[in-house]
Amino acid sequence: MANNHYDAIVIGSGISGGWAAKELTEKGLKVLMLERGKNIEHVKDYQNMHKESWDYPHRGRPTQAMKKDFPVLSRDYPLNEATFGMWANEQESPYIEKKRFDWYRGYHVGGRSLLWGRQSYRLNSEDFMANAKEGIAVDWPIRYEDIAPWYGYVERFAGISGNRDGLNVLPDGEFQPAMLLNCVEKDISARITKAFKGSRHLISGRTANMTEDKPEQGRTSCQYRNKCWLGCPFGGFFSTQSSTLPAAVKTGNLTLRPFSIVKEILYNKDKKRATGVSVIDAQTNEIYEFTSKIIFVNASSFNSTWLLMNSATDEWEGGLGSSSGELGHNVMDHHFRVGASATVEGFDDKYYYGRRPSGFYVPRFRNWGSDKRDYLRGFGYQGSASRQGWKRDVAEMGIGADLKDAISEPGPWQIGMTAFGEMLPEHSNRIYLDPNKTDKWGLPVLAMDVAIRENELRMRKDMQQDAVDMFEAAGLTNVQGFEKEYYPGMGIHEMGTARMGRDPKTSVLNAHNQVWDALNVFVTDGACMTSASCVNPSLTYMALTARAASFAVDELKKGNL
Amino acid sequence: MKRRDLLKMIVAATGTALVGSNVLAYTVLPMEDNQGNGYSKDDVAFFNEVGESIIPRTDTPGAKDANVGSMIAILLTDCYSPDQRKVFNDGMVALKFNAKSRYSKEFVLLTYEQRLALLSSLDEEANRHNKKMFSIKTEINADESVLPHYFSMLKQLVLFSFFSSEVGATKVLRYEAVPGFYDGEIPYRKGDKAWAT
Repeated sequence: MANNHYDAIVIGSGISGGWAAKELTEKGLKVLMLERGKNIEHVKDYQNMHKESWDYPHRGRPTQAMKKDFPVLSRDYPLNEATFGMWANEQESPYIEKKRFDWYRGYHVGGRSLLWGRQSYRLNSEDFMANAKEGIAVDWPIRYEDIAPWYGYVERFAGISGNRDGLNVLPDGEFQPAMLLNCVEKDISARITKAFKGSRHLISGRTANMTEDKPEQGRTSCQYRNKCWLGCPFGGFFSTQSSTLPAAVKTGNLTLRPFSIVKEILYNKDKKRATGVSVIDAQTNEIYEFTSKIIFVNASSFNSTWLLMNSATDEWEGGLGSSSGELGHNVMDHHFRVGASATVEGFDDKYYYGRRPSGFYVPRFRNWGSDKRDYLRGFGYQGSASRQGWKRDVAEMGIGADLKDAISEPGPWQIGMTAFGEMLPEHSNRIYLDPNKTDKWGLPVLAMDVAIRENELRMRKDMQQDAVDMFEAAGLTNVQGFEKEYYPGMGIHEMGTARMGRDPKTSVLNAHNQVWDALNVFVTDGACMTSASCVNPSLTYMALTARAASFAVDELKKGNL
Repeated sequence: MKRRDLLKMIVAATGTALVGSNVLAYTVLPMEDNQGNGYSKDDVAFFNEVGESIIPRTDTPGAKDANVGSMIAILLTDCYSPDQRKVFNDGMVALKFNAKSRYSKEFVLLTYEQRLALLSSLDEEANRHNKKMFSIKTEINADESVLPHYFSMLKQLVLFSFFSSEVGATKVLRYEAVPGFYDGEIPYRKGDKAWAT
């Protein structure tokens, strides 16, 4: 390319990168969006989008060969034939597990916006104040009021469906009509409200699956196939491809370059500004340099931090942002895989139609209002009720026609829910560069040293017991609590590592997501989170990104950047 | 949105050979054809026969109609661990031996009633053997550390291969490719089939 200069460079094309590209291009900036992996074109490249189990060679199940190539992915559900090819190659891009850390990465245009859970919740006002009130880590440099309008802004565009439930703990947003609870969930919701005198609620999940069309974006409402992870031909859920990328392209201001691994942010120490980036072409290994006025780092929490660690190392040994002593520290995830299940009696004459790609949500109630526990923060539950299918245990049915008839019909109603708990920011939970190992491109790799601690372990007791209590209070039978192994990363909500704060000595980013040591570098993905809340984080990344982009353009106009 | 514009934009901007690149998203895996995988045509036929006893054709198709034998051989070969496969293979030898010692006949020559009696006794034996350590609802090869009774493996393979097949999902269960809307409360009458997915 003749001209390698842009107004802005966006590194990464996932949920936050897509938003950065959209906002900056719509404000007239010429933007280069760099993506380390392959391109995926909306609809055209969703090669499995119409497939059913019988269209896969092993009906979707992973093979031994796949498990061998993807030892991390194979630990949990993401390794399957339907989304094969959509997760980072573990041989090309290894990492070190000082302690076990399950890292699920989407290295392609769209990133994990094509593979996300889509549950979309606002942080509440206490979430932004809890660190300060409790003396944990550092204070958020912003309050709920600072981000509230941006939540509304991104909700309107992304298309979030949900009810306005009027709960302080889970602020209402600008929603499309909710995906409704089914008859059993509705009934249990009423019973829980009654049993706990309105202190606990079971509500419709709020999800980035649309219930109304967005013709202006060429998107149709959800068709209830529940095949989001295969790519949606209707654009029924929010992804970079369905939503932000076309908006950015429409401006004529976007250049998207896949196969572009940014290895370093170039830094001018006299001006204390970044000048551009150095890129390895993932296919040719050639090095390119691109320059720009501002840089948005949206490479996903850990890779954004990795990039900072590899930048400006002449000035700071630990990289750009390391002067705080916090770069790479305070890793957070949501700890989960604990909850309860139960059998629901009395609805044998009811069933449902359609495959809802969402469920119910039970907002946090612990350490809320007058409630006080022997740990800090809280958790929410996600779950659903459904009738069992042919996979149910039917040992007593034996074999033959009776078995076939029995399991061809729906089984009893079952309900289950899993808690997602807040993990405290802890300095010693960290990622760092391992000097002894490199990836396919000769770049250093990350080492993970993260564990849950006393606060999370105490919380997990409630996470199970409260689920059991709620189902028992609702009069359900066969109530069974469960707790499965949880290791950090499994929540696929990695956060922290370049936190926002009020003081450059204790935080990497300021209140506008600017790197204190290079104000024209913005980090607006999960790395910026000062605390984790217990709600799914992606909506907050969207809002923070739109807010930072607006600020960045204003600052550019004022000549401050 | 205009996909063509997006494509043009990408090509023009990157200067890289993006279109026609051999790196594809959502890797399309080739279907298996059951050749040279260690299980013979006779094995596949045998799996189909046993499968038909477990899920027989009634007024709807059965295991043979779905050719579960072929899928079972594929799953055993590619998805099972060597340990799991050994338990299963040894089990098939035991099953055939059982048929001969009880009825002095090959399994495939037994009457429907004899097959049902033999397999039912193995099913009960398996239930006693497994106790709580194995659940048929566990996904195929999700937990390789669990080695249940071979008949449980067989039963699970038959059920999975049948209900994940097009025949099982669309002719025996209820299937709707694009539901279009969600209704959380529809009437259900005994005998109505379960949703396939």
